Amino acid sequence: MIRTFIALVQKEFLHILRDKRTLIVLFGMPVAQVILFGYAINTEINHARMGVLDRSRNDQSVELIQRFSVSDYFHEPLYLDHLDQIEDVFRSGQVKMVVVIGPELGKGLIRGSASIQIVTDASDPNMASVMTQYAQGIIGKWLKDKTNGTYGPQGIITTSRMHYNPEMRSVNLFVPGVITVILMLVSAMLTSIAISREKELGTMEILLVSPLRPGTIILGKVIPYLVLSLVNAIFIFLIGQWIFHVPMQGSYGMLILSGLIFISAALSLGLLISSIARTQQLALMLSLFALMMPTILLSGFIFPVSSMPIPLQVLANIMPAKHFIVILRGIMLKGVGMEFLWKEVLILTGMSVILLFISVRKFKIRLQ
Amino acid sequence: MRTLMILLRKEFRQIFRNKAMLPIIFVMPVVQLLILVHAADFEVRHIRVHVQDMDASVTSRQWLAHIQANDRFEVSAFSRSFGSGMNALDAGNADVFLRIPLDFEKELLTSGTSQVMVELNGMDAQFASLAYAYLQGTTQTLNGEILFHKLGTIPTPPISIHNRFWYNLTMNYKNLMVPGLLAVLVTLAGMFLSSMNIVREKEIGTIEQLNVTPIKKWQFIVGKLLPFWLISLFLLALGLTLGWLLFDIPIEGSLVLLFLFAGLYLIVMLGLGLLISSLTDTQQQAMFVSWFFLVIFILMSGLFTPIENMPEWARVITWFNPVSYFMEVIRMVLLKGSGLKDILHHAAVILLMGVIVNSIAIRAYRKTT
Repeated sequence: MIRTFIALVQKEFLHILRDKRTLIVLFGMPVAQVILFGYAINTEINHARMGVLDRSRNDQSVELIQRFSVSDYFHEPLYLDHLDQIEDVFRSGQVKMVVVIGPELGKGLIRGSASIQIVTDASDPNMASVMTQYAQGIIGKWLKDKTNGTYGPQGIITTSRMHYNPEMRSVNLFVPGVITVILMLVSAMLTSIAISREKELGTMEILLVSPLRPGTIILGKVIPYLVLSLVNAIFIFLIGQWIFHVPMQGSYGMLILSGLIFISAALSLGLLISSIARTQQLALMLSLFALMMPTILLSGFIFPVSSMPIPLQVLANIMPAKHFIVILRGIMLKGVGMEFLWKEVLILTGMSVILLFISVRKFKIRLQ
Repeated sequence: MRTLMILLRKEFRQIFRNKAMLPIIFVMPVVQLLILVHAADFEVRHIRVHVQDMDASVTSRQWLAHIQANDRFEVSAFSRSFGSGMNALDAGNADVFLRIPLDFEKELLTSGTSQVMVELNGMDAQFASLAYAYLQGTTQTLNGEILFHKLGTIPTPPISIHNRFWYNLTMNYKNLMVPGLLAVLVTLAGMFLSSMNIVREKEIGTIEQLNVTPIKKWQFIVGKLLPFWLISLFLLALGLTLGWLLFDIPIEGSLVLLFLFAGLYLIVMLGLGLLISSLTDTQQQAMFVSWFFLVIFILMSGLFTPIENMPEWARVITWFNPVSYFMEVIRMVLLKGSGLKDILHHAAVILLMGVIVNSIAIRAYRKTT
């Protein structure tokens, strides 16, 4: 019995290992993703192109414009001549913000009648508000210097301290997310496709008439992907540590334990999909549209769950990925253990038990 | 021409007889659009504030009242000790821990300023900085009130700064995300369907039957491409209609222009799918390779984070990313009403990509094995 089982697992491993292209993608993708999230995906504004419509054209306005272009936030500005041009440069997407400096900036400062307009292309609202905020900051600082500190801050002054991620690096937040998505991809998608592939090609029949019990067949199918998932997760984890120095504050035992629970939930989901899907195409589309996009968008990987409307928060809570991301971030960034994460671990365990139960029940031992 | 028609009929019949795939092609993307647009939102709401008010003075209560009145904030708990506040941050029960120190009010009255330290959960850097910005907004209002109380009037600053937000006066994030997600879903559907197509015929062996027929290469490619091209454009139309009906997204520009561009763009993506399909041996491989490229294309498309924020080298990569052109054009035309002259550059690049990708795809497809 054990020998036939080992043979089955060996066969599955061979299937995986001989497909070099899939393997390359499987290990290349997390590398590309972590690098993109680490370097390219940036929510901070950096050297954004801006436009200036300077109606003063005097020393003061030139100095103010200078302040913009030496800051890290904005690039050397594009000079406009009249208001109608704002529409043109916004439409063609050349710039996202135009600063309109009213006439006689210097005299206006003394008389209290100077005016500045910050016009932004708010088709991306957050970008527009952040740019406006920065522009106001630059103008405020310039004003303070011009008036010898008369218009400095007064009243309550707050200072912030960012915990768990003091350098505000987005890669710290995204590495746990990438691990989750890849685990989901390998465990659920690959498993479901591997099984529906045997159905589509007709080799499932051969397996089913063998003396192996259905439970053993499932186990033999699942174990190689479990191993592959784990290796992949560790690989991403190490890239995060070595290249981006993503912190690991908590315990490794806890990390592996929760990882195994999550993988078993994802594998059960894969089994469930394969019991519905008879072709690889269907299995792929099901796992892609029903699992991948929601996993990326609803799990809190990119968008915070707490800002979503209540029905979506409920939906997010049904997904194993959301809880696993909370656990991973807790362990890696905050260094907390069971005392804070027991709830998530419990929910995840419950989910995998239920999913496993349903998928084993649903697994058909006969083909139509 | 007749062979082409027959080939097209075969492809369409194969698509429409597959009852399990139909809802996935037509219903799933639309449902996703309708649901996910609510999730894909960088707007910061429900910021949970844990408060430790050691001062318990009139001013501190006034401040807390301001925070509670702001619907972005939810005061989740009051506590007496620093430890319990930090525990709330650790456990994820609070996003912000606000400690108002002893003598907060006294300090303010005697010296005119008072320092307050705000502890934030900075794991999500963007969420944290926006939350902090909104908190500063409440102190600004409060500072104004205190100043008014002291002086009896609010001093006018020597300069007036006006902010103008164009194209999206209500700062609605959905206006940005509906076109963006629509672009992604159309791309996903088109590229996956086309990349799994030829390889499927290879895997189940029916490609041999096609190869022995007198069908020409270009007929074969057109016959494979056209059905998915039409389906993807139909999906775009369906998504736009729903977005317009349900989310009231603006349609400022010309729809004809948008569809012309989308048609051109889809030729690139479908050609890419076909190329992958003819270079791989199994559906699994095809799917993984296309998934790999799509993830990179989508992440680098400016869907979630603007391309302007990327470092220089990454911006250069986006020049070769077809999705980023479509993402920009769909938003420009719908939200800003950009015309042909504004997107001419995009169209030229996409046309060039289409020619290159498809001539490689036709070359890569061989009738002999």
